[in-house]
Amino acid sequence: MNRFWDNVKQALMVSIIMFVVCGLIYPVTVTGIAQGLFKHQANGSIVEVDGKAVGSEKLGQAFTSAAFFKGRVSSINYNVYTQEDIVPDKNGVIAYGGVSSGTFNYAPSNPELTKRIEGDIQAFLQANPTIKRQDIPADLMTASGSGLDPHISVQAARIQIDRIANASGLSEKEIEKIVEANTEGRALGLFGEEKVNFLMANLAIFKQMKDNE
Amino acid sequence: MWQIAIVCIIYLPLVILTGHYLFRVTMHKKTWLDPFMDKVDHVIYKVCGIKQVDMTGKQYVLSLIISNAFMVFIGYILLRIQSFLLLNPNDIENMEASLSFNTIISFMTNTNLQHYSGESGLSYLSQMLVIIFMMFTSAATGYAACMAFCRRLVAKSDTLGNFFVDFVRVITRVLMPISIVVAIILVSQGAPQTFSANQTVQTIEGKMQDIALGPVASLESIKHVGTNGGGFNGANSTTPFENPTVISNIVEMLSMMLLPGACVVAFSLMVAYRKKKTIFGKQGLTIFAAMGMLFLIGLVTVYIAERAGNPLISDLGITQELGSMEGKEMRFGVAQSALFTTVTTAFTTGSVNNMHDTLTPIGGMVPMFNMMLNVVFGGKGVGLMNMMMYVLLTIFIACLMIGRTPQFLGKKIEEKEMKLIALCILIHPAIILLFSALAVATTSGVAGITNPGAHGLSQVLYEFASASANNGSGFEGLADNSTFWNVTTGLAMFFGRYLTIILQLAIASLLAKKMWHSDSVGTLKTDTSMFTFLLVAIVLMIGALTFLPALALGPITEHLQIHS
Repeated sequence: MNRFWDNVKQALMVSIIMFVVCGLIYPVTVTGIAQGLFKHQANGSIVEVDGKAVGSEKLGQAFTSAAFFKGRVSSINYNVYTQEDIVPDKNGVIAYGGVSSGTFNYAPSNPELTKRIEGDIQAFLQANPTIKRQDIPADLMTASGSGLDPHISVQAARIQIDRIANASGLSEKEIEKIVEANTEGRALGLFGEEKVNFLMANLAIFKQMKDNE
Repeated sequence: MWQIAIVCIIYLPLVILTGHYLFRVTMHKKTWLDPFMDKVDHVIYKVCGIKQVDMTGKQYVLSLIISNAFMVFIGYILLRIQSFLLLNPNDIENMEASLSFNTIISFMTNTNLQHYSGESGLSYLSQMLVIIFMMFTSAATGYAACMAFCRRLVAKSDTLGNFFVDFVRVITRVLMPISIVVAIILVSQGAPQTFSANQTVQTIEGKMQDIALGPVASLESIKHVGTNGGGFNGANSTTPFENPTVISNIVEMLSMMLLPGACVVAFSLMVAYRKKKTIFGKQGLTIFAAMGMLFLIGLVTVYIAERAGNPLISDLGITQELGSMEGKEMRFGVAQSALFTTVTTAFTTGSVNNMHDTLTPIGGMVPMFNMMLNVVFGGKGVGLMNMMMYVLLTIFIACLMIGRTPQFLGKKIEEKEMKLIALCILIHPAIILLFSALAVATTSGVAGITNPGAHGLSQVLYEFASASANNGSGFEGLADNSTFWNVTTGLAMFFGRYLTIILQLAIASLLAKKMWHSDSVGTLKTDTSMFTFLLVAIVLMIGALTFLPALALGPITEHLQIHS
């Protein structure tokens, strides 16, 4: 019996010690090293325009203007909102419920999935009259897993160039250059997919439009 | 395809190296960290009053359960009062009772099923003191159990090893150093590690965007190293802050594959111990090969299914060259997503880099089947123990067929052990199928289902397979934060973890006490490639017999529907 209570005491002490070591000392140590070595990344890779934070280079954003690239479908609208979205509308619904992440979780057989995609295709074709349906790559019409995906495929960027040139006043050449500059190849030429960071591309368009004014 | 093969090739030397290190730590042999770590460990032993005496199997299990009970208690209290404590810059409220129960069981059992969303459900302090703390301790618990099990298989007495010593050593010498290195790599790729509050920025279109920050990287590393899988954010490793680049994706996959595989290597060295020096013992290699085969079958199936895409989307007339992209991230694409999905369910981590609910039916069936088998490498430590149950069963069946006395590593397998082994193998399917039946038969269970048709059943099956296998991934569409789902999955996780560990250690204790017989010409050889194939066949047969009817009604029906 004595042996039993001795074990209970050890169990309690070991729990408390590990509580402190793993729960406190470890994350604080890692934070110290991270903030020392990689300050920019450790604080969320925030990008600034004219000294003001406008986003994170790792996260996508929802864009509505025709002059900017549109990203993938997001069930949470990339956590982007306006003042009206945080107060209840006339039905008492608050459009933006706070920061989150995720997707629609529609099964491949769910009729809601095809309905949503068809709706998005129609809207896209209307906004981009020069584009044919079969040129649209699936990544642009499907939802990302996190709702925060900052990337689209190169093809998805190309088919938006016509519209953006029209709306922004930049030449197609300039936009093509921007796409190229923000295209990230496969890691080590092998891993992952070729993709365009559309937030960074849009920031480049924004700057160019300002310069042209 | 090449990118998948290369990751697997990088894995092999890493796992062998780590296996040797793990072996040295387990058997108290010299390692290069000793001069420093011995001092650290001695301080911990002294403070805790750990006496370093050998324990019997019973004492070992008892110490394991008591210490886990204390941790559950500490964690539960913290979740219930988190809003009053420090480090809560985002003003998170206290967690509700049934959700706290579910969360605590989930993290203590190394499952990490999450019915809350990290951004809105936990304060930074809870993320550290509850989640990170339990990620270390639950992984160390599983590993300690596994090593106690393996030691008994090769020993001649039941009194050996001390739970507290094993527990402390695996945290300070294995989990902690690897986690720190992985965390720093993840930060370099773009995972945040800060205590400052979430940031709101003004976009160039004049709107606002909330950016969720926090000590993400430190949680992310142990989440994978300890095969835990619970994310800092709701969408887990799909979110760019948890898994920013392809490089981080590969690092996360390798770190979850590392230790479960290394356990097999360490076991192989324990068996071969005292015979001769070897890189990878033969007995362990046969088991590793069997696991590897099951892993590759799953991987290839997922990849082909996802690459083919969803025929209903192709019917809409857009181009699906990239494969099925719904619920996936562009930076990973189909190849990296398929690999991650197979790895996370084979090694029972449960983190996801794409949403499993949106996988094609066959693509989603593979992770489900991996968890139903629960032996394809498996979580830290426990996967090897589960596989050993099948190894013993295979020996028993094979010996019956050729009329020999079943014997493993010089110990005879007799009636008492076989009864326990059969019970142990049956617990897991019983939990999954009975709870699934309960869920689809009650209104509160059905209320959670969000997808119509056959996929609805898949959501239920997946949830309980994930809970019982202590995996923790989910078909996340399931609206699972209700009392019914919190309590049933909580119980599934609890029984899936502790009943199995108790039974397995009891079997090991029985074997340890037995007389040792030297092998004769008549003994069935268990370290040949023939045995590997037998083992794979038995695993698949038992898995197929148990789960095929349920799978036929879920994913297989859905597959036929969308292809008709």
